[in-house]
Amino acid sequence: MTLTDTLRLSFSAILSYRTRSLLIVFAMALGVAAVVVLTAIGDGARNYVINQFSSIGTNLLVVLPGRAETSGAFPGAVLGQTPRDLTLKDAQLLGRLPQVRRYAPLNVGEAELSAANRLREVTVLGSNAELIPIRHMKLAQGSFLAHGSAYSAQIVLGAKLAQDFFPLSHAVGQRVRLGENRFLVSGVLAPQGESMGFNTDEIVIIPVEQAQSLFNTTSLFRILVEAKSHNQIDSAKNAILETLKHSHDGEEDITVITQDAILATFDRILHALTLAVAGIAAISLIVAGILVMNVMLVAVNQRTAEIGLLKAIGAHAKDIRNLFFAEALWLSLAGAMIGFLLGQLGSLILRLAYPQLPAWAPVWASLAGILVALITGILASMLPANKAARLNAVEALSKK
Amino acid sequence: MIQLSGITRIFHMGDQRINALDHVDLKIQNGEYVSIMGPSGSGKSTLLNIIGLLDRPDSGDYVLDGKTVTDLSEAEQARIRREKIGFVFQSFHLVPRLTAAENIELPLILSDIPPKERITRVNNALRAFDLFDRALHRPSELSGGQRQRVAIARATIMKPTAILADEPTGNLDHQIGAEVISLLENLHESGTTIIIVTHDRELGNRAHRQLMLRDGKILADKRHDAD
Ligand SMILES: Nc1ncnc2c1ncn2[C@@H]1O[C@H](COP(=O)(O)OP(=O)(O)O)[C@@H](O)[C@H]1O
Ligand SMILES: [Mg+2]
Repeated sequence: MTLTDTLRLSFSAILSYRTRSLLIVFAMALGVAAVVVLTAIGDGARNYVINQFSSIGTNLLVVLPGRAETSGAFPGAVLGQTPRDLTLKDAQLLGRLPQVRRYAPLNVGEAELSAANRLREVTVLGSNAELIPIRHMKLAQGSFLAHGSAYSAQIVLGAKLAQDFFPLSHAVGQRVRLGENRFLVSGVLAPQGESMGFNTDEIVIIPVEQAQSLFNTTSLFRILVEAKSHNQIDSAKNAILETLKHSHDGEEDITVITQDAILATFDRILHALTLAVAGIAAISLIVAGILVMNVMLVAVNQRTAEIGLLKAIGAHAKDIRNLFFAEALWLSLAGAMIGFLLGQLGSLILRLAYPQLPAWAPVWASLAGILVALITGILASMLPANKAARLNAVEALSKK
Repeated sequence: MIQLSGITRIFHMGDQRINALDHVDLKIQNGEYVSIMGPSGSGKSTLLNIIGLLDRPDSGDYVLDGKTVTDLSEAEQARIRREKIGFVFQSFHLVPRLTAAENIELPLILSDIPPKERITRVNNALRAFDLFDRALHRPSELSGGQRQRVAIARATIMKPTAILADEPTGNLDHQIGAEVISLLENLHESGTTIIIVTHDRELGNRAHRQLMLRDGKILADKRHDAD
């Protein structure tokens, strides 16, 4: 029997056993769709995180006090020492390094913001003018420390705060109170929404010296450093460690985190997660394969007399095996294609429902899903097809 | 020519041995018209299945057209079934989802005959068996007589040397059965060997040679010339 005839005859069998065919196609499609949608979510989450990281700045290094070591705590702790604080002087030293484009010291705290009879507890960032470009923030109005002393009582309001406190007038130029101190609004941030779990629309930014006196501290929470280029991130990291070790009397008591390293870690974790999810979804394809095997065994049983007849009129065992193989191939092919389309549709709906999540199934996942469906289908049909091919013709013919 | 010598076929039912065929010797020339009669369970179907290479004897030799076929492989036997033998069954054995034309076409498909030639041959067969207006009907839409005509058309489409019919009229009423027999007789006229298993003494007596079977043995082998 030629390939064309095998494909044609098996196709006609599929059409005439409609319920059985739909059942198999549906099971296969569900499995493939699961692979596509779940990997779309996984990969979308990965891209979401990567986007979030690049939105907080590029070539970023974060300096924090204390030594984070895999082997344990800050080594000085054993000797009864505590890690030294990061200071503004440290920050200024880093600013002079040749690999560093700019730096921003950072203090974070909470304080009461009041103006025009309104009062609200807000998150306060204390920093310098470089914070805005380093963190990829934008000012909608005004400026921050553009002119004048770093000690001046200027304040930048988040977009939502500006809107809530001064709904009718320009916020810039207004006076507000933060804690006990009076500030002049010098700028308003452009709306940016949530970024890394931090709503920049509801923060205020003041000069770092003001923040330190507000929170009554001389130490810094972080120093943000932007390297001049991607290539200089590593050398900047070493230079920072070296410089601060020197200024901390030879004690290496700070930690430098590069955004790159965090990103790579997240990328790895989320990629592994996507793989795991794809694997779980693929299990549903194996289940579909078992279903194919059972339904095909029933089909062989149902069509025993027909198989006997084909043998009587001269079909080879091989012809009969191929007929059942071809049936499984058609069914898994239809299942894989429909599943792929369903999966793409599901991903599209996800993207429409959650625009922040770039839920695109990776090509490898779609291909793997389709391939696994085809292979399972064919493997699952092997047992039934062989059973059909080996049937005794006389006994098969005598079956009703 | 069909030459059987010492053909024995034994079935096991539990620990019981059934000698379905017991040292059968039989020679049938090409073009003969033979009927096989005998009580139920006497081995008629088993004999026909062995002649048609659907079943293998446990011992004995089978020479078909001068060639020993007893020990041929499954594939070689299938090839002989395709080219030299046409089966007709009591229960027709049509594929229910295929039309009359497609059922007749099946042996041509198995033999890799090109589609164009298939169409011509199927159309000729449909005309020859008066089935042309039933070509696109499925078996469930055909009468018993029409179904058996489709089955005979299918059995003859490869121009076999022998037609083996196992109680072809068993599911038909007398008159329709007689029509089917006369179709087989027409095939005999044109030179095909006809071997027909039947319960019906009257139909069996129309054959030029009658075999009587009992307990797997040939009891009688009578010949009379064509009327
Ligand atoms: N597959 C089988 N298994 C066991 N016994 C069988 C089988 N086929 C046939 N027989 C037995 O062999 C004998 C001959 O059967 P068969 O050739 O079908 O008889 P007939 O066609 O003359 O009625 C019967 O006794 C039957 O029960
Ligand atoms: Mg019988």
